[in-house]
Amino acid sequence: MIRAEKIFKEFGDQQVLKGIDFTFEAGKTNLVIGKSGSGKTVLLKILVGLFKPTAGHVWYDDIDLVNADKDALRKLRMQVGMLFQGNALFDSMTIEENIRFPLDMFTHKTLKEKTDQVNYCLDRVSLTGVNKKFPSEISGGMQKRVGIARAIVLNPKYLFCDEPNSGLDPQTSITIDELIQDITRDNNITTIINTHDMNSVMEIGENICLLDKGLLAWKGNKDEVLMDKNETLHDFIFASPFLQKLIESSK
Amino acid sequence: MNLNLFYHFGNFILWQGQIYKKPENNNMYYKETIRQMYDIGIGSLPIVFLISIFIGAVTAVQFYYQMAGTLIPAYYIGYIVRDMTIIELAPTITCLVLAGKVGSNMAAELGGMRQKEHIDAMEIMGVNTSAYLILPKLIAAILMIPILVCAAALIGIAGAYLASVPVGLFTSAEFIKGVRSFFVPYNVYMMMVKAVTFGYILTSVSCYQGYFVKGGSIELGEASTRAVVYSNILILLADYVIAIVLTA
Repeated sequence: MIRAEKIFKEFGDQQVLKGIDFTFEAGKTNLVIGKSGSGKTVLLKILVGLFKPTAGHVWYDDIDLVNADKDALRKLRMQVGMLFQGNALFDSMTIEENIRFPLDMFTHKTLKEKTDQVNYCLDRVSLTGVNKKFPSEISGGMQKRVGIARAIVLNPKYLFCDEPNSGLDPQTSITIDELIQDITRDNNITTIINTHDMNSVMEIGENICLLDKGLLAWKGNKDEVLMDKNETLHDFIFASPFLQKLIESSK
Repeated sequence: MNLNLFYHFGNFILWQGQIYKKPENNNMYYKETIRQMYDIGIGSLPIVFLISIFIGAVTAVQFYYQMAGTLIPAYYIGYIVRDMTIIELAPTITCLVLAGKVGSNMAAELGGMRQKEHIDAMEIMGVNTSAYLILPKLIAAILMIPILVCAAALIGIAGAYLASVPVGLFTSAEFIKGVRSFFVPYNVYMMMVKAVTFGYILTSVSCYQGYFVKGGSIELGEASTRAVVYSNILILLADYVIAIVLTA
């Protein structure tokens, strides 16, 4: 479980987050949604520790990330996996080397043990036979899966995904969403997904937090999304003219 | 402008503290250091060879032109070329050139990693990126640049020989006599001090520019340019300081 407690963040005069309180639950896919510029990415970067909040705390179970000492922080980091929007795969390394990198850095396993672990992770994301390829030689969807494989190679307790579906076709997006949800449930990890993809919201939104202008505008789950009368939520969900026409025609 | 300078100086000093931390995995650091040693050492050898041979050649020809017709013995040209190459030309010119080649490369590599979120990815994994990405480069530069400077000195003297003896400016015996005359080992010590200092300057300044780059491709280009310009200015400044300190 990860708990954001009264998170404030300012950049100069600009207040980006204005007191976010939210609990991201273990074993569930927790979604942070909102328009561009609503503060989603800043919140995610605060949650993983890349930014320090101006005020507030981030609790990883009973550890306060903001005030953790370096040793505690280092141990905590080893329990965190992250899928980046642009994948952040190391271009000069093969797929296998990319996934093996955390194992090389933090474990003392033999090469065979590490290779077995890499193959297990690749199998988990339904990718086989790409070990020796470079990131530039595989498709965007495959790169996302490699990113997921690298994020889970150290069996993390916490998984962060920044816009996992950006740049992907709807079919591949669904595959990636289902994969993230399966991994979350199977390993009982706390997964936080930053997205503005409505398909993801309706498919895997088990615990949703809607941000608007740096404030928590709404929280709930995918079953409550369509029923709720919250105006900000309504504006966000039915922003597309296609959906608006669909609703009007159904009325 | 001045506050900005103080900010970067302070940030640079604090950052040095992050670099010299215990490695997470010695083997990974060792592999990276070897890779960097190859890139800096072998990768820079052609340009160092080319620059040094011409610098040596031009120095010999110019000194012959200056001294022809004077009472100074011809073999003195070998002596002057040797000492000029060892004390000044090999360490300074080589490091100025390496700041352009190696320094801009390091700044661009680190800046690219910053922009593609590679550095963030490593940070989230728990890697001390300041140490893992910079320390191997610093060690490699401090080990390889003095070797390159020694090679530059030898090649420079050879260049002087090739440019002057075959065309008959003076005889081979005169040149070799000059090269072997009045040798002061302390000058080689001075060359090595310069090589290590300049190597450290060009690597740390360039890595700083790349590691803290913000923005897009234009900013990356600017950081790469700053890496070369600042390294060159600091190398020339350090050259002057070392000259004063070591010859006092």
